[in-house]
Amino acid sequence: MNRGSSSPSAAANYLLCTNCRKVLRKDKRIRVSQPLTRGPSAFIPEKEVVQANTVDERTNFLVEEYSTSGRLDNITQVMSLHTQYLESFLRSQFYMLRMDGPLPLPHRHYIAIMAAARHQCSYLINMHVDEFLKTGGIAEWLNGLEYVPQRLKNLNEINKLLAHRPWLITKEHIQKLVKTGENNWSLPELVHAVVLLAHYHALASFVFGSGINPERDPEISNGFRLISVNNFCVCDLANDNNIENASLTGSNFGIVDSLSELEALMERMKRLQEEREDEEASQEEMTTRFEKEKKESLFVVSGDTFHSFPHSGCSLLSLDFEDDMIITSDVSRYIEDPGFGYEDFARRGEEHLPTFRAQDYTWENHGFSLVNRLYSDIGHLLDEKFRMVYNLTYNTMATHEDVDTTMLRRALFNYVHCMFGIRYDDYDYGEVNQLLERSLKVYIKTVTCYPERTTKRMYDSYWRQFKHSEKVHVNLLLMEARMQAELLYALRAITRHLT
Amino acid sequence: MEKMSRVTTALGGSTLTGRTMHCHLDAPANAISVCRDAAQVVVAGRSIFKIYAIEEEQFVEKLNLRVGRKPSLNLSCADVVWHQMDENLLATAATNGVVVTWNLGRPSRNKQDQLFTEHKRTVNKVCFHPTEAHVLLSGSQDGFMKCFDLRRKDSVSTFSGQSESVRDVQFSIRDYFTFASTFENGNVQLWDIRRPDRCERMFTAHNGPVFCCDWHPEDRGWLATGGRDKMVKVWDMTTHRAKEVHCVQTIASVARVKWRPECRHHLATCSMMVDHNIYVWDVRRPFVPAAMFEEHRDVTTGIAWRHPHDPSFLLSGSKDSTLCQHLFRDASQPVERANPEGLCYGLFGDLAFAAKESLVATESGRKPYTGDRRHPIFFKRKLDPAEPFSGLASSALSVFEMEPGSSSMSWFVDTAERYALAGRPLAELCDHNAKVARELGRNQVAQTWTMLRIIYCSPGLVSTTNLNHSVGKGSSCGLPLMNSFNLKDMAPGLGSETRLDRSKGDARSDTVLLDSSATLITNEDNEETEGSDVPADYLLGDVEGEDDELYLLDPEHAHSEEPEYVLPQEAFPLRHEIVDTPPGPEHLQDKADSPHVSGNEADAASLVPVDSSFSLISVSHALYDSRLPPDFFSALVCDMLRFYAEQGDVQMAVSVLIVLGERVRKDIDEQTQEHWYTSYIDLLQRFCLWNVSNQVVKLSTSRAISCLNQASTTLHVNCSHCKRPMSSRGWVCDRCHHCASMCAVCHHVVKGLFVWCQGCSHGGHLQHIMKWLEGSSHCPAGCGHLCEYS
Repeated sequence: MNRGSSSPSAAANYLLCTNCRKVLRKDKRIRVSQPLTRGPSAFIPEKEVVQANTVDERTNFLVEEYSTSGRLDNITQVMSLHTQYLESFLRSQFYMLRMDGPLPLPHRHYIAIMAAARHQCSYLINMHVDEFLKTGGIAEWLNGLEYVPQRLKNLNEINKLLAHRPWLITKEHIQKLVKTGENNWSLPELVHAVVLLAHYHALASFVFGSGINPERDPEISNGFRLISVNNFCVCDLANDNNIENASLTGSNFGIVDSLSELEALMERMKRLQEEREDEEASQEEMTTRFEKEKKESLFVVSGDTFHSFPHSGCSLLSLDFEDDMIITSDVSRYIEDPGFGYEDFARRGEEHLPTFRAQDYTWENHGFSLVNRLYSDIGHLLDEKFRMVYNLTYNTMATHEDVDTTMLRRALFNYVHCMFGIRYDDYDYGEVNQLLERSLKVYIKTVTCYPERTTKRMYDSYWRQFKHSEKVHVNLLLMEARMQAELLYALRAITRHLT
Repeated sequence: MEKMSRVTTALGGSTLTGRTMHCHLDAPANAISVCRDAAQVVVAGRSIFKIYAIEEEQFVEKLNLRVGRKPSLNLSCADVVWHQMDENLLATAATNGVVVTWNLGRPSRNKQDQLFTEHKRTVNKVCFHPTEAHVLLSGSQDGFMKCFDLRRKDSVSTFSGQSESVRDVQFSIRDYFTFASTFENGNVQLWDIRRPDRCERMFTAHNGPVFCCDWHPEDRGWLATGGRDKMVKVWDMTTHRAKEVHCVQTIASVARVKWRPECRHHLATCSMMVDHNIYVWDVRRPFVPAAMFEEHRDVTTGIAWRHPHDPSFLLSGSKDSTLCQHLFRDASQPVERANPEGLCYGLFGDLAFAAKESLVATESGRKPYTGDRRHPIFFKRKLDPAEPFSGLASSALSVFEMEPGSSSMSWFVDTAERYALAGRPLAELCDHNAKVARELGRNQVAQTWTMLRIIYCSPGLVSTTNLNHSVGKGSSCGLPLMNSFNLKDMAPGLGSETRLDRSKGDARSDTVLLDSSATLITNEDNEETEGSDVPADYLLGDVEGEDDELYLLDPEHAHSEEPEYVLPQEAFPLRHEIVDTPPGPEHLQDKADSPHVSGNEADAASLVPVDSSFSLISVSHALYDSRLPPDFFSALVCDMLRFYAEQGDVQMAVSVLIVLGERVRKDIDEQTQEHWYTSYIDLLQRFCLWNVSNQVVKLSTSRAISCLNQASTTLHVNCSHCKRPMSSRGWVCDRCHHCASMCAVCHHVVKGLFVWCQGCSHGGHLQHIMKWLEGSSHCPAGCGHLCEYS
């Protein structure tokens, strides 16, 4: 019965990417069909995921144990391609949502909503609106930020910065929040909130990066339920090439045969490993390589049409698009200053914030201790999750087996951190250039910095030989790397506030 | 031993001097290391690498090793170590994975000697062999340890930690070939330098990364490790399995640990986060640091004892860009500030008391604790004769046990259960409660109830005979009432009344005394005083006649006690100065208007019983007809309630408050009432008297109290199918979509009141179950249980 009520509106629920809009405007005759893909993900064929699922008893057990909604949602289904990881993910998520913690349950979900709203991730918003109400949240809050207590509203600033430019967080921001007063946050509460924010920003990246579909039979339990929105443009889903996308069909994909592409990557990895022994780059060279990588990440998306709309996420709203108005405003009521978005770390030449030296504030040494001190046990869970994702490997690459993928994983992880301005002294950023092809870089940058702009085209365009589960693995790495980067910046600010 | 004495003399030759001092560095330090001559220290950090000379009054910069125009990452040091044999030789570990050695003997400005670029990740630690000039060991984030011979360009051997990051490596001081390494996953490994293929021994030391380790300088097998789990552990490695011999719990993750020279059980620690102090611990005393250095304003990153045989100088570098020399004698000693006294009740009313030794020693001579009629069952001293701080803070622990029976609170439980608080006329309530109290041997309380009845119940309700009866009762109770005053004051424990009957004889004449004086006061009739002898005598006679059952009175015993009794003192011991020099009863009566009378007037609380006997007396004095209105007494009643509450009998206070209701409530301020209620409810709940406690809550007129039962009235239920909490609705589970509560009679979902049998847990709609059980005594579900509905 639910199905019936949701499908008629579904056609109106589809966002259109700006590219398509242009095309649509040019040629009004194109009928927007409704290519609703089945299965948990719009990017991954249903059978890939389902196959894995039916076999897996373990996943079901985990869902029983740790899921807050009690159902096998699409995120879990896609993640269950990596059961080992799924366990640490669900455990930490369950802990921060349901177990002992300084914040009341409805607040936790509201913070999750606020975090997801920064990326217009309606999937997560819907999910947590339900949970929010279920845990006894005040329905009025769902009308938007004006209706919530000032205390929660104060989180806005840090939410915004964490989501888009975490390097701007200073101890002054922390001080402002914890300063004694009517609406002050205690440090444990703040740490809990920060962990939640970082978690849901990162999870939004995963949702968009893996093209998670809206839940198919949403349980309509309340009148406040938002219309579920799929943020993928029709053109991505249809995957027909009649809409041109100049930026993406650029340089080096589509031309090279995908098979040789894989071979080339393997070759490069091997070469890098050997190279290490004989040739050593000078220190200056290393520094410039980092800078170069940082700078280059600037241009990675700049060829994209999106860049003509600097604040695309919300300028969508202001565009005179009749159908979408309601949907987007549903999301935007949870955020303030919607125009604030990712800005390249490297670009701000004038202010020149110093690079974050990873060795000076590491998760293992510093972040963990602080988090665990203020919000007990979450440190262990996050630590386990980070370790898990970093060390997860099946020693395979596409069709090849027995491959040491450490290098590749490290490159992905460090590249994400590089975009957030975190530099590892002991890493040669030249490797990133060698290992990550341009289309992959585009994908990484989009998923971590503007996840809401991810398209199926981007997802499909890199590593075409690789299995979907491997691409999900990539997404997990990106998600965790992003979460860690946000946490590091926030925790460093808290540490500075404490000293 | 030989070696030790030799070095000590060497040290004696050039005694170290200095003071607590610090100097500012240009940048945060990551590590420090001391030259073997104890006169120079090297400081290394991301952007600093300098050698300072330690002079008497200050640090003097001697050499800056960061030379060259461009800053190189090779100079971004994570660790530095100075060779303990060769004062020209240093090694640093760079964050980019390079190990650099430095030769201070080089003539050029650039002292850099060799560069080893074999590690792929940050090198966390470098360590020179303690006796071998050319052997250097490094441990890196990439999970490898490498041993370098400085005469060669490459490493001589590589030890693999199975891709777990190495946090620390340390050569054993005593075993030439052994070194220990610690790992991010909490493991510690012991290696033989000749066998790079596998470790000699491995064990899990900590939960989470082990940041540091240090071999004991004298004890061959002792290794101290510090981890992120905020623990310092000392392991004995000589045994077959590494054995944890000591464990110190700190307040933050442990970044460095260093044994203190010449002090076998001391070690210094500093933390990686949050805590900026340096602590010196005695591992045998793991709860309070022996010494604490609080100079730094940011986390301490490096610590080093200045000389391997001098325990008093500690150097430290910190993120706050300072280098400090700490003198042990300037350290703050938390022990001094520790509170050596402590007091705690045990589960069964035992009392443990720890106090400074000296205090206990002197007082135990006087046996101070026998004063409260409880006896120490054991007296334990747990002191280490070798304890260095024994003079400073050592406590002796004494444990006292309740005398068997004295702690019994059965009277409280009985009283609570049997009291009637509402639902009947006041007179009946009072009578009932008086009876209850009397049966429990609490005569003062019984007396009070009787008096309340007399005061508040209109005379019409009380028949003359009844009244007379109660008069007799009242007076008879008056005596033990006095006694219980005494007792309570002596030992303010609860329920002491029972023991006190023995002094009854004494009390008797007191009562006389009091009665007379009280009459005097309340009537303000001096004439009466003279005549009061008669009623007093009458009362006495009455008492003796009627009391035999109530009190196992031995008249002879009473008489024998009479000469030495000091009644007034006992009767008003707390607040009445007047009774300090008790005059004989006759004497008192002679000077009826002596100052103590006014004293009595001032403190009406203790006179409550007297008042009652006044009214009793007044029966024979024709005062009965001109009854005073109850309002007249309300102040006295209030004082009485306060008196009970102060005595710890909050039960009485609350019970009277409830029974009298409006009559007294307005005279006692809300807060006091609330306080009494909460205390009583708390007590009741401790004795699991839930019903009584709820009754009290219900009957209370105070808003704050009646709110108690309105808070958290939600009943959380779990789904009977999947055992998960049902959050949104009580009848259907969100998770398994099962209807949790089905009616056993109609097999429909119960959405309202659900009643179930506690025996077989079947149930259903209230109406249905009631109807069913009218006709059948078996469970409607057919389980065969004989359900009951009541």
